[in-house]
Amino acid sequence: MIGLKRLWATLIDNIARLGDITRFLLRLLIATPAALVRFDLVLEQVYNAGVLSLIIVMLSGLFVGMVLGLQGFQLLQRFGSEEALGTATAIGLVKELGPVVTALLFAGRAGTALASEIGLMRATDQLSAMEMMAVDPVRRVVVPRFLGGVIAMPLLAAIFSMIGLYGAQLIGVQLMGIDSGSFWSQMRGGVALADVNQGIVKSLIFGVACSLIAVYEGYNASPTAEGVGRATTRTVVTSAVMTLFLDYLITAMFL
Amino acid sequence: MNIPRGQVTAVMGPSGTGKTTLLRLITRQARPVSGSIRVAGFDLASLNRDQLYVLRRRMGMLFQNGALLTDLNVFENVAFPLREHTTLPERLIRQLVLTKLQAVGLRGAIDLMPAELSGGMSRRVALARAIVMDPEIMIYDEPFVGLDPISMGVILRLIRRLNDTLGLTSIVVSHDVQEISSVADAVYLLSGGTVVAHGTPAEMRASQSEIVHQFMDGLADGPVPFHYPAPDYFAELLSRDTPT
Repeated sequence: MIGLKRLWATLIDNIARLGDITRFLLRLLIATPAALVRFDLVLEQVYNAGVLSLIIVMLSGLFVGMVLGLQGFQLLQRFGSEEALGTATAIGLVKELGPVVTALLFAGRAGTALASEIGLMRATDQLSAMEMMAVDPVRRVVVPRFLGGVIAMPLLAAIFSMIGLYGAQLIGVQLMGIDSGSFWSQMRGGVALADVNQGIVKSLIFGVACSLIAVYEGYNASPTAEGVGRATTRTVVTSAVMTLFLDYLITAMFL
Repeated sequence: MNIPRGQVTAVMGPSGTGKTTLLRLITRQARPVSGSIRVAGFDLASLNRDQLYVLRRRMGMLFQNGALLTDLNVFENVAFPLREHTTLPERLIRQLVLTKLQAVGLRGAIDLMPAELSGGMSRRVALARAIVMDPEIMIYDEPFVGLDPISMGVILRLIRRLNDTLGLTSIVVSHDVQEISSVADAVYLLSGGTVVAHGTPAEMRASQSEIVHQFMDGLADGPVPFHYPAPDYFAELLSRDTPT
């Protein structure tokens, strides 16, 4: 009985939190036109969330592509269709792994940085100081970081997929000896624009979700060291779960 | 409470008595459960967000820790309100910032980052930032906490000098009885969430009230007890119960 009550309380708590996040998103969207006037602030955050994540995204993309190349080659070899490796890896990367793995990496690097930065600004009264200077911290601090993340995510996912394809090509063509022409031409023939669109839509939605969770957790962090630490952890955990959940939903919708 | 225009008013009282909460109420960072607050003729409760921001441009606040923006250097911190609220040319912004930094004695620290400043310097930069928009009301939240005697003296003199030369109305929340009494025109003493005494520093020193006497002379025990409410000391020592 006590377990049920606790479960019910957790459920209610999470529903309330979801409502709170939705209200926060609306607040961000309302403040967006005013924040766009200072586009230099948004660009600075695209740099922070995007450019500073490039190395980890490119490295991960390369290794994921290489693993796909190895596994795919081994599997396709059984059916004598190794030339289809290009198509298989391209579809896997563009539609699924590119957006999903990029979102998980983004949550771990840029998301935690966003949450802890905003949380520390809260803990050291910087946000209150802005309020007292009649500057809306949501417009000045939160929205540029949110938009920076939303813009950076599809770009990072595209770079991840591109480097991943290069990794698969390294294994398939350079190492295993698949014909380069058939690798690329099969890929061009097998991947439709709809597949690419699906990847773009996914990474955009993941960008909104992961950036929103990071700025929300940071903005609402308790103004203590423990509070900022908890906000950072929640950012990673919630973003990862939400990314995988949304991935399933979007995939099901596109089918 | 009535804070007179043009004066330095000190708000003192034991820790946890609601002094910072009072400042948060005066600046509407928090809303009162009951009662009303009027600032510069405006009832704070009736203001919408835009009106509140217009009023806040007439206020400056010095936070306990300075609250400088850590990703901006000293110059950009002081220039921050000007960049956000005005379209002044860069040359004029520079002149205004230099004037305010000269007033707090830190014109030479213009390129330093907040992490490179001492506690006293941070607070002086924050003070320059707070006055850069020429506010009518200055609010200081525990401006002397953690400062060495020299920095404390500097901030103390700045509070008085800025109030008089810029024609400000200043509200200072502080524990430092002797220091703040030397520059304040009026003192409010809070205890248990209410005003227990007010008057000039001289009147407060001459007061016969036990709580005023305890606070002004820094006595450990009195109407404000030294001990946090607890069960009988000896009974607890002799008890066989282990604490949970």
